[in-house]
Amino acid sequence: MALINRGFRRRNRVDAPPDRVPPGQYVTADFPVLSAGPTPRVRLEEWSLSVSTAAGQETRWSWEELSSLPSETITVDIHCVTKWSKLDTVWQGVSVDDLVGDMDDPGAFVLARSYGGYTTNLPTSDITGGKAWVAFGYDGEPLAAEHGGPARLLVPHLYLWKSAKWVNELQFSNSDRRGFWESYGYHDYGDPWMEQRYRGD
Amino acid sequence: MDGTALPRRLTWVVAEVVSSVDETRRARSIVLRCPGWPGHLAGQHIDIRLTAEDGYQAQRSYSIAAPADGEYVVITVELIEDGEVSPYLVEDLVMGDRIEVRGPIGGYFVWEPSLGGPLQLIGGGSGVVPLMAMLRARVSADSQVPVRYLSSARSLDRVLFRSELARIGRDVDGVEVLHTLTRTRPDGWDGLERRVDADMLQSHAFAVSERPTCFVCGPTPFVEAVSSALVALGHDPGRVKTERFGPTGG
Repeated sequence: MALINRGFRRRNRVDAPPDRVPPGQYVTADFPVLSAGPTPRVRLEEWSLSVSTAAGQETRWSWEELSSLPSETITVDIHCVTKWSKLDTVWQGVSVDDLVGDMDDPGAFVLARSYGGYTTNLPTSDITGGKAWVAFGYDGEPLAAEHGGPARLLVPHLYLWKSAKWVNELQFSNSDRRGFWESYGYHDYGDPWMEQRYRGD
Repeated sequence: MDGTALPRRLTWVVAEVVSSVDETRRARSIVLRCPGWPGHLAGQHIDIRLTAEDGYQAQRSYSIAAPADGEYVVITVELIEDGEVSPYLVEDLVMGDRIEVRGPIGGYFVWEPSLGGPLQLIGGGSGVVPLMAMLRARVSADSQVPVRYLSSARSLDRVLFRSELARIGRDVDGVEVLHTLTRTRPDGWDGLERRVDADMLQSHAFAVSERPTCFVCGPTPFVEAVSSALVALGHDPGRVKTERFGPTGG
């Protein structure tokens, strides 16, 4: 039984159905920003996204090529390890399935790499099968740089640090290599419903 | 996989409030005794979990304000008006109360004397707290690393750690302390008086050629503006470390 802090009580600021708010999270209407360094500014003419498989097959998309792929409107709840959740966020993006669809068996794990040097690791099965997107629009607008624009990974079923901002490479392999926050002790998987914030949770 | 050491699991421990100091009318430093505390680096934070009588729980992260000191961990919390956890910590918590904590957390936005310098610290509002831990670590270790500490606050009564900073700035060689007040200034104010911008950084921060490590912490618009200005001045983005917090939370 947890300790009781006498006099402490819930101060509901945003009404939210409890089954949509993972343990330890609170709902905010704002869109806070969390990143470890200055926001990279990438010009669209210089932007590219590379996808490489464990076997060494590599495909690269320019901004124009990515924009010509079929895109989806995605409405999802997002959960940041710093405790905020935001419900019904609306994104525009390309399914990761459409980027890896032609590759046979890319590898069991992926390291997402970003402009600015950020990295994060995920199992391949968590970014394929309709679970993840490369998102370039938010709330009907181009995705702002501070939120990861021109394009970021969107993996809404995991804590948001897995949704790498400023993504420019999906590097598949058969070994799981820790990314930036993971190497500082954050959880390798990061399931908000299991409250997997830090390694060992 | 990196590393060979087994990571220590971060478990919740029950900490006791052993003392507190009102830093301003809206901010308070709280000294917690955390049994079994493994130590921490300046810049790291802890998670705090509060539980209401009906079982409702809330968690928030707070930066540690002072270098490692056995089982004692100091946090400095600024009240957020419509916050849920900060009003309880700032206004309700009394000596002897117990709260659940776990940590230390974070390993990137950290500094210790062996990491060297120069050290450029730039904080907005209560974003100065982890920077104060770094400055205090520098002073208590008697390190010779040059430090420039620049804080931005709305008004003088919002400046955290003012008298301690004045003492450090006056007495400690190699440390410069500067404040900028963005909204109101007292008569005779001789500090800076606008938001931190590229001109201010050009005049008062370490030059690019001195290759400082810059730590920038504060609300998102502050961190965006300051870190962009540092990069525009030519500082290596890899040496500009940031920590941001939104207007929500607390």
